[in-house]
Amino acid sequence: MVGDEVVVRVKDLKKYFPARAGLLGRQRGPVKAVDGVSFDIRRGETLGLVGESGCGKTTTGRSILHLVRPTSGEVMLEGQTLGNLDPEGLRRLRPKMQMIFQDPYASLNPRHSVGKIIGEPLVIHGVTGGRELAARVSELLELVGMDPAYARRFPHEFSGGQRQRIGIARALSLNPSFIVCDEPVSSLDVSIQAQVVNLMQDLQQQLGVAYLFIAHDLSMVKHISHRIAVMYLGRIVELTDRNTLFEDPLHPYTQSLGSAVPIPDPKLERRRQRFILEGEPPSPVNPPSGCVFHPRCPLSVDVCTTRVPELREVRPGHYVACHLVDEKGSSKIGTEPVPVPTTQ
Amino acid sequence: MSQNTVLEVRNLVTRFDTLEGVVNAVNGVSFDLKEGETLAIVGESGSGKTVTMLSLVGLVPSPPGKVEGGEVFLTGLGERRDLLGMSPRELRDVRGGEIGFVFQDPMSSLNPVLTIGEQIVETLMRHLAMSREQARDRTLRLLAQVGLPDPEQRYRSHPHQFSGGMRQRVMIAIAVACTPDIVIADEPTTALDVTVQAQIVDLFKRLRDELGVAVIWITHDLGVVAGLAERVLVMYGGRVAEIAPVDDLYENPQHPYTIGLLGAIPRLHERDTRRLASIPGTPPDLLIPVEHCPFAWRCDYVTDRCWKEVPELVEVDDGHQVACFCNLERGRPHNGRR
Repeated sequence: MVGDEVVVRVKDLKKYFPARAGLLGRQRGPVKAVDGVSFDIRRGETLGLVGESGCGKTTTGRSILHLVRPTSGEVMLEGQTLGNLDPEGLRRLRPKMQMIFQDPYASLNPRHSVGKIIGEPLVIHGVTGGRELAARVSELLELVGMDPAYARRFPHEFSGGQRQRIGIARALSLNPSFIVCDEPVSSLDVSIQAQVVNLMQDLQQQLGVAYLFIAHDLSMVKHISHRIAVMYLGRIVELTDRNTLFEDPLHPYTQSLGSAVPIPDPKLERRRQRFILEGEPPSPVNPPSGCVFHPRCPLSVDVCTTRVPELREVRPGHYVACHLVDEKGSSKIGTEPVPVPTTQ
Repeated sequence: MSQNTVLEVRNLVTRFDTLEGVVNAVNGVSFDLKEGETLAIVGESGSGKTVTMLSLVGLVPSPPGKVEGGEVFLTGLGERRDLLGMSPRELRDVRGGEIGFVFQDPMSSLNPVLTIGEQIVETLMRHLAMSREQARDRTLRLLAQVGLPDPEQRYRSHPHQFSGGMRQRVMIAIAVACTPDIVIADEPTTALDVTVQAQIVDLFKRLRDELGVAVIWITHDLGVVAGLAERVLVMYGGRVAEIAPVDDLYENPQHPYTIGLLGAIPRLHERDTRRLASIPGTPPDLLIPVEHCPFAWRCDYVTDRCWKEVPELVEVDDGHQVACFCNLERGRPHNGRR
């Protein structure tokens, strides 16, 4: 159940990286990987963050956790502002915020037993030790649907899906209230993805943990999220609840994304109206002026090339950054929203 | 549509002799490909879908790999030519000639030190014995045909100057350069973003219809296949689990594995969150030779017979074949998706 209490508040988060180019490595202006991102996540809520490669979704996740220091902006976790903390203070807050990584092969130390991997956060933060530690590790393994006897085994003995379960157990070991999940299932086979996603949903129900679920697979993001934010070139262009985002998308980019996602239903696919964007996302090294989407936008007008649109709440809970959207709605790019099934 | 067959595959068996043991990658795969049709081969990692394709055209690295059995016939133009019996030289003529390829990662399939134009011209001169001049003209037309703006300039560019989607367009131009009967595309959109994926799928559909080429589209993604393929072949553990016309497969899947797969994928148009059906267990270990149904370990409908024999493909409906004992003994396992 989603609570009312805000667990994570992100305000105008920016992360710029220095970019060098040419033979002499001259400074060429920063790459604005994340350029003013704001949202709240409530207790027990999943906020999906979608966008194409290079749009800044991973950097957003890492900046929120201060794994990379944001250039500016504010992140509050349960009322505490992370930017004000020294490294020690930040370390003491780490138990509350954890991460699940994309690659279950690279994110587990191959020289450590599963028990050590899952127990290490508990030892580092001095939560528990000795016999109690072993008991907690067993409990965590059971929680993610694995045999407690696996604690003595090593990562190479496990398949991708099982490794991802180990990564989840590790993230949960300190009872966090917030987990950044960066493409947690995209390296897994379809039949295994379902197992891991079901597990993540069950754990959220049980423990009330909030997720930031970063992925490029829109169908999967829609499945697991309560609300979804769409990113394009470092900015959020639209944010609303999962059904509204695809049934009544206001931003032209969201509309085209929705129409590009294939639906596993041949009859529906044949009669679906599509609008397929031309070109590919531009490089963040050299972003377009004004609205960063305007070169690919079929509706763009003069103002789009000069002024950056703000993310505004145009309807209750529905935020969009587009000059063409007002309270009444928006122009549509000639595609119908994702069809709502009549049966089921 | 014409029903001429362009490719016949019968009981293909491919194994890899590795340090850990013999990997039974492909264990008796049979199918036909009709002229101008799109056949999707769907499976998870290790299902044998890529090795099947490599085996057809002599691209299995040997050693350690070896095509140990089966027959593959190229049957276009009224001839019936045995691909597995061909010399390496003949196979080279077939690849890029009668059969074009598009791979998942266009960057590692293109030569980084040659211009795009040179790579296509090379193919044309080799296979169609064109003069350099003729090949250049055709290359420029091909680049335009696959939707690359400003072909003259693209001709002189190198692969690194292209984005992922544009590189995949170049690969497609090379694949269709010699007007092949068949294009084999191995996960051609997996590495691409969703909007670019949609562009490439559209391009494939257009070229398929314009050129009348048959396409084998290898993928793990049942979503892309729905809007593209005419028939779908589902592989599991190096065998064909099910093969059916596309509508039939999605509406009336018969193999418990296909049913499980369809239940495991979320759908963008579903309003309520249904719990995803998960298939218990993990994909099979191909090091263990299997004398029974490869899906038996994970199947909810497993019977004694499933552990004793390998189920053969049996026709259950027009063009719909399933390798599962459930259908033979007890009727269908269940209605529709779980």
